[in-house]
Amino acid sequence: MIEFKNITKKFGKLQVLEQVDLSINKPGIYAILGPNGSGKTTLIKCLLGMTIPTSGQIFVDGQDTKGKWEFRNQISYLPQIANFPKNMTVTELLRLIKTLRKQASAEQPLIDVFGLKPYLNKNMGTLSGGTKQKVNLVLALMTDNPIVILDEPTSGLDPLALLELKKLIKIEKEKGKTILITSHIMSLVEELSDEIVFLLEGKIHFRGTVDALKTKTQTVDFDEAIAQILKPSHV
Amino acid sequence: MFKIFRYSLSDLLRSSWSYFYFSFYLLLGFGLLFFNPDVSKSVITLMNIIVVFSSLIAVVFGIMYYYNSREFIELLLAQPIKRSDIFIGQYLAVSVSLSLSLLLGVGIPFVIYGVADADLVKNFLVLMTAGIFLNFIFVAVAYNIALYHENRIKGFSYAILFWLFMTLIYDGLFLISLMMFKEYPLEKASLAATLFNPIDLSRILILLRLDISALMGYTGAVFKNFFGTTLGLTIALFSLLIWVILPVLNIYRKGNKKDF
Repeated sequence: MIEFKNITKKFGKLQVLEQVDLSINKPGIYAILGPNGSGKTTLIKCLLGMTIPTSGQIFVDGQDTKGKWEFRNQISYLPQIANFPKNMTVTELLRLIKTLRKQASAEQPLIDVFGLKPYLNKNMGTLSGGTKQKVNLVLALMTDNPIVILDEPTSGLDPLALLELKKLIKIEKEKGKTILITSHIMSLVEELSDEIVFLLEGKIHFRGTVDALKTKTQTVDFDEAIAQILKPSHV
Repeated sequence: MFKIFRYSLSDLLRSSWSYFYFSFYLLLGFGLLFFNPDVSKSVITLMNIIVVFSSLIAVVFGIMYYYNSREFIELLLAQPIKRSDIFIGQYLAVSVSLSLSLLLGVGIPFVIYGVADADLVKNFLVLMTAGIFLNFIFVAVAYNIALYHENRIKGFSYAILFWLFMTLIYDGLFLISLMMFKEYPLEKASLAATLFNPIDLSRILILLRLDISALMGYTGAVFKNFFGTTLGLTIALFSLLIWVILPVLNIYRKGNKKDF
């Protein structure tokens, strides 16, 4: 479904990704983890074609994505920083994305779930960080696509919204989608993910299930396992 | 591309900036045409203001629009649309909205003053051609600068510097070199030098049309003598077109390569 082949990305002298090979063949929830600056967001942006890899190829459904745009029809993306045009209202933004995507969209249930109704005619610039993130989630989840990428979906969300989000992610999974998530909230990752891809200094350092990680690091606690894997003995 | 263009244009046409810019030209047009008995003089004044002012506004507005829509561009990049469509669509929207302000702002006073006067209409058309070209050129340059510079302050400075260079410094250097090499025949060199400055080109375009090129300095006179009016106009127009095409091609190229 998704295949990264030998992906290297350099920003000037800074090497962010180094020959990353990763293939995701079956549906499920994949957590992309790693310390700050390990290349998680860059990897995701490479997949979307927002960042152009220095070398390597990316395939979505067997098609090389380089220079293409049609493959983005299959991807829903939640960007990490929810910055939107400030002078646009929520409704206008929703309408614009709907016209661009030309797909059936179901935004109403999401608007209800996140309680966004009172904000629909407000300008994006006047919304709080958490509310913006909720709009961000509606935009990402309103269309039905086989691949869903969520970059830090929890940031700024209140506990109630977080609960709803977890439910939504589970529903998406049941539909047989491939979901990539990056997050620093370990409990969320432990609860949801089928597999973990751990990035360290631009390379894939570990890939496997949560249990496999615990076994490898000989810990029972997931947080502890993550801390262990970062220690020199495991690196 | 058309969707991005349409969306950005409607966004721009709602902004108070467009109205401000439009009213400025409206007032200027009325002021000059109705309070100055000599129409050709008003046209020259109008020309000087349009050439200098519209290029400044185009370069500043272009760069501001890009930086302000930076997050928006990121949002669009994740959507199933062609990358270059985003940049070219926005570029066209900014250029068209500025051109509309100019066209309507100066056009309304001209229409009220005298549509019947064929000569005046021709002058107006040449003036607008030059102004619209300058909008498209300077917005394109602004987009180029912005695509290469993430740092807004730097981008702004380069944009202003580019404008300053084309309006003032270029002519200064030009004059100094003419003085320094006055023993040599400089006609061809000065002609060539003019082609590299869109501001000079649009001045020449207008002056050739008004047939007062000899009054307006060395380059104009040389241009007219060398090419004659028709060929001169064609060459000036063609060079202006190149000035639009090259930066736009580069927006296309860089837009497809840039990392976000």
